[in-house]
Amino acid sequence: MKRADCIKALYPELEDRLVVTIMGACAQELYDLGHRENFFYLEHAMGLASSIGLGLALNLPHEKVVVMDGDGSVLMNLGGLATLARYQPANFTHLIFDNGSLLSTGGFASHTTSGVTDIAAIARGCGCPKVSLVTSVYDFMAAAAEAFEGNEMATIVAKVEAVGPDHYGMDMHLPENAFRFVRYIKERQKVTSGG
Amino acid sequence: MTVSRDNSKAVYQGIKESGVRFLSALPETWLVYLLQLADDDPEMCLIEVAKEEEAVGIAAGAYFAGKPNILLMQNHGFLASINGIVSLAMLYRVPLCMLIAVRGHWGEPYPWHTQGGIHTEPVLRGLGLPFEYARDPAKVGKQIKEAVTFANSSLSPVALLLTRDLMED
Repeated sequence: MKRADCIKALYPELEDRLVVTIMGACAQELYDLGHRENFFYLEHAMGLASSIGLGLALNLPHEKVVVMDGDGSVLMNLGGLATLARYQPANFTHLIFDNGSLLSTGGFASHTTSGVTDIAAIARGCGCPKVSLVTSVYDFMAAAAEAFEGNEMATIVAKVEAVGPDHYGMDMHLPENAFRFVRYIKERQKVTSGG
Repeated sequence: MTVSRDNSKAVYQGIKESGVRFLSALPETWLVYLLQLADDDPEMCLIEVAKEEEAVGIAAGAYFAGKPNILLMQNHGFLASINGIVSLAMLYRVPLCMLIAVRGHWGEPYPWHTQGGIHTEPVLRGLGLPFEYARDPAKVGKQIKEAVTFANSSLSPVALLLTRDLMED
């Protein structure tokens, strides 16, 4: 299974959700499907995408937050999984694409290669309430649908191939992405509050 | 030396008067009463993290959500958060208002705090981060308010350093 295929299948479902991605391939693959104002790409600070998602989800309980994470980033912020489990906002879906590789920074094997480290087990051990492990796009979409319809924090670990796009780059400066994301959320709150 | 309950209240009062209702923190001795006050206050949302750099991410998420917020940490936690401060907050122009307990400086009896204490200010200066020292309980409220204001107007991380004079009796 390729991460790009998962993201492509999920893309239509992301229209009304606040989406935070990690750096590199994951961000690029989402961006290449067409940027939306509800997407924020964290192109550095590995590990903090899930923490950003937590800050969003706790402060916007009526919104749905989706974080697209990776094994390399999760391994850099394992404590963050425990913090997520402690507060477990119901409006938070954590997608962890596990390609067993630090693909965007040279393709070196990560600790999850060959099943040495089991991120789903770590998430369960942290106390994340609903953790699934998927290996096909069909199962990924089924788990995502269940997560999106459910009323508890969900963690989906998707085992994917260590392949990514052949190009990197966005027609948008990084602060511009942040400014537009803030503005989008602000406008959206006015609409949803009827103000 | 004990942690000052009265001055912790003054700091907390300052946080409340700044309008902030969302805190992310890693507990530390000087922050004990402060965090208890936050925990007991139904108006305040306090998120405790496993490591301080997480709080930078959480603060960014809160800012994106339109929620003014403050981070509370020890200076060693600040030192452990540098990449998040640089490659999330500074890179994306995200305001961070950090209240940092400065352990390991003038009067510090514990050797283990000293290197962190000695290097905190040079690191702040190296990063070009605006900072002020808070020493006086009568002034700390105004300083907190100003820190929140400046973080949000400059879209930058700022630090208010909580000193021994303020935090200990």
